[in-house]
Amino acid sequence: MCLGVPGKVVDVDRDRNTATVDFWGVKKEVRLEVCDAPVAPGDYILNHVGFAIRRIPPEEAVETLALYDELLRLADDQ
Amino acid sequence: MTRNARFIDERITLKYGTGGGAMRALIEQIFAKGLGDLGEGNIGLAAMDDGAAIRLGDRYLVITTDSHVVQPIVFPGGDIGKLAVAGTVNDLAMMGATDPLALTCAAIVEDGFSREMLKSIWESIRASCEEAGTTIVTGDTKVMGHGELDGLVLNTTGVGITDRIVTDAGLEPGDQILVTGTMGDHGLAIMATRNELALETELVSDVAPINAMVRRALEAGGDGIIALKDPTRGGLSSALHEMAEKSGVGIVIDEPSIPLRDEVRAVGELLGIDPLVSANEGKAVFGVRPESAAGVLDAIRSHPLGRNAAIVGECVAERPGFVVLDTGFGSRLLSEAEGELLPRIC
Amino acid sequence: MRPNDALQQLKFRDPVRARALRDALERLVWRADHAPVSVMHVCGSHEQAIAKFGLRAAFPRDLQVIMGPGCPVCVTDVPEVDEAVALAKQGVRIASYGDMLRVPGTSQSLADAKADGAQVDVVYSVTQAVDLARDTDEELVFFASGFETTAVATAAVLLDDPPDNFSVLSAHKYIPPVMEIVAEMPETKIEGFLAAGHAATITGSAVFEKFVERHGLPVVVAGFEPLDVLAGLVRLLELINAGEAKVENAYPRCVTREGNAHAQELLWRVFRPTGGRWRGIAHVPNGNLRLRDEFAHYDTRKRFTIDASALWSYAPPKLVQQCQCGDIMAGIASPSDCALFGNECTPDTPVGACMVSAEGTCKIWHQYGGHPDLSSMKRGVA
Repeated sequence: MCLGVPGKVVDVDRDRNTATVDFWGVKKEVRLEVCDAPVAPGDYILNHVGFAIRRIPPEEAVETLALYDELLRLADDQ
Repeated sequence: MTRNARFIDERITLKYGTGGGAMRALIEQIFAKGLGDLGEGNIGLAAMDDGAAIRLGDRYLVITTDSHVVQPIVFPGGDIGKLAVAGTVNDLAMMGATDPLALTCAAIVEDGFSREMLKSIWESIRASCEEAGTTIVTGDTKVMGHGELDGLVLNTTGVGITDRIVTDAGLEPGDQILVTGTMGDHGLAIMATRNELALETELVSDVAPINAMVRRALEAGGDGIIALKDPTRGGLSSALHEMAEKSGVGIVIDEPSIPLRDEVRAVGELLGIDPLVSANEGKAVFGVRPESAAGVLDAIRSHPLGRNAAIVGECVAERPGFVVLDTGFGSRLLSEAEGELLPRIC
Repeated sequence: MRPNDALQQLKFRDPVRARALRDALERLVWRADHAPVSVMHVCGSHEQAIAKFGLRAAFPRDLQVIMGPGCPVCVTDVPEVDEAVALAKQGVRIASYGDMLRVPGTSQSLADAKADGAQVDVVYSVTQAVDLARDTDEELVFFASGFETTAVATAAVLLDDPPDNFSVLSAHKYIPPVMEIVAEMPETKIEGFLAAGHAATITGSAVFEKFVERHGLPVVVAGFEPLDVLAGLVRLLELINAGEAKVENAYPRCVTREGNAHAQELLWRVFRPTGGRWRGIAHVPNGNLRLRDEFAHYDTRKRFTIDASALWSYAPPKLVQQCQCGDIMAGIASPSDCALFGNECTPDTPVGACMVSAEGTCKIWHQYGGHPDLSSMKRGVA
């Protein structure tokens, strides 16, 4: 129900409370009022209708992949 | 099997202009009724091909016409002038006529349109004609009241002579499907310029005359090239659906092999739009016999406009008229665009 | 996707891992003591992901992954669309997300009203709708569709004092309550839920804990890449086979147990949950989000008298009563069981939610001409 696209923060405008975010080479300004944590260049955010709704800690992406490998290992054992 | 259901509405709406099933139904039900039949060995309206072909002795006179309405009139990678020339030159090439004899150009201009803008659009018409090796020999000019149209509309018609007609039909199971470069560039480049989306990207339209590239491919592939179609409105999806429908074959496409620019993929993801239904204005889809595929691919890749060309699928006997996309994770029926491309949130 | 993307977006579309997860799913479904195993996802974006990557053709035949009422397009009820269309025909300028443009009301969609000359603008974000309002002094109504994830953006805009000619016609929805409805459907065969990752990014996975206790059905929160969907289903099948009713978070990169507290605070400061009919299902208590009284000033329903009855001069279609979308979504009927399917109800003349949504069960069956099975369409030499 909600198209969410991850992107990398390139620049933050404190007084307008927005961030310039790079989505695979396409840059777009995204509003930060709804984000769950302060962001800085280099962070990843999840964009939905032009608002950052989540700061994605890079290690979380790695953790999710490890979770899948764990699932596979368990499934193989059964 | 229900396929492109016939569309019977009392009013013509935007979905009739997307190059998909609704448009083909409109042509069949109204425009081609009682018209366009030139008899045996000729190609008229009913074929709904990229152009018409009239036999002259042992050769063919090919005619094609196209109207161009694009907003904005000037866009990254080109303008309405370049689009008007390339669109018609490419349609002639899709019929096998890769040396256009001449073009016409009719302009409908909105009252108050800037003279400077008109001069720069004609500058790019001149440049595109030169690139395609042709010129404009006649035309027409109309001016309409302010607000009655969106700035400028251009209609171009092209004529060419060819010994051999290539239609967009005649494919058989085993024939290979080839695209001459990255897909979806024009449609999404135009979408990305809409200021309110505030997208910053180097994505540019691929608009260009490709008759020289197609000529090189025809010389290499000869009769091995069975079908040609330019994937403009409705993108690769509509082009493939027409080819599959007219040849009575199914088409299976290997999605990972379809060349896509990163920016096109990015804008598509951001707006929820599938690049395979986004228009191309400097590309062609080839249907080629298996034994000629490699030779044709090399010939196209040797041309600057074809360096990203790739073989993306093949024809099969099952599900005639349908296009199946093998995604690498599973497979799905490719659907055609319904109405204009709109950004999605869900 | 640029390979050097640090987020390893490519990794979540790695076909090798996907095939391994799919084989794991096959084994789990085979090991279940009954067939078919029916699970439900309640999210249009899950259905888009399943369709876009062609996963449906890869699912084990005995696994039914049913699309529940989770796409704001198909569950926005006729009266809400009629309100927007009626306003447009009264000459009021409407801004709307693209998804809602072609959704039919009683007699017309916003696209039909636009064809009649009404002013309807498609926007990518509510921010654009506010910008449109700033550029004009005539009224600008934002037809606000979407679930809690999208409603949060509308809330943020309303808290940023938009211009006075801007107002919101809220058709926002809230997911958790509808899962109750589907779980309580008498003969539902649903054994577990795949919950939407982006809505849960806002609400947190804790919001499903009471549901799991009450109904004893496992819930797995999943993302939208092919690996996310497959891994979510593998985890769900493991819980079903083990008979464990738990909430699991298979999308930790975006979802936490508490969710985005700041966003929740904004949401509930501006919106209140209220009961309402969802197209093709039933009355869903607390399923609709409407503006609180403090925001009456921006509430279209308070600012205009909306005369939708003019649209009802054509008697509201009796067809809707025969529509079986509710049963289809509960997994107890399939499109071919419905008399309207392919006759009065087609993609061009949709009656119920499952035909309206671009990826609804009926829409897919109509396009595939029956149960979507493409196994026969294999390519010869690649």
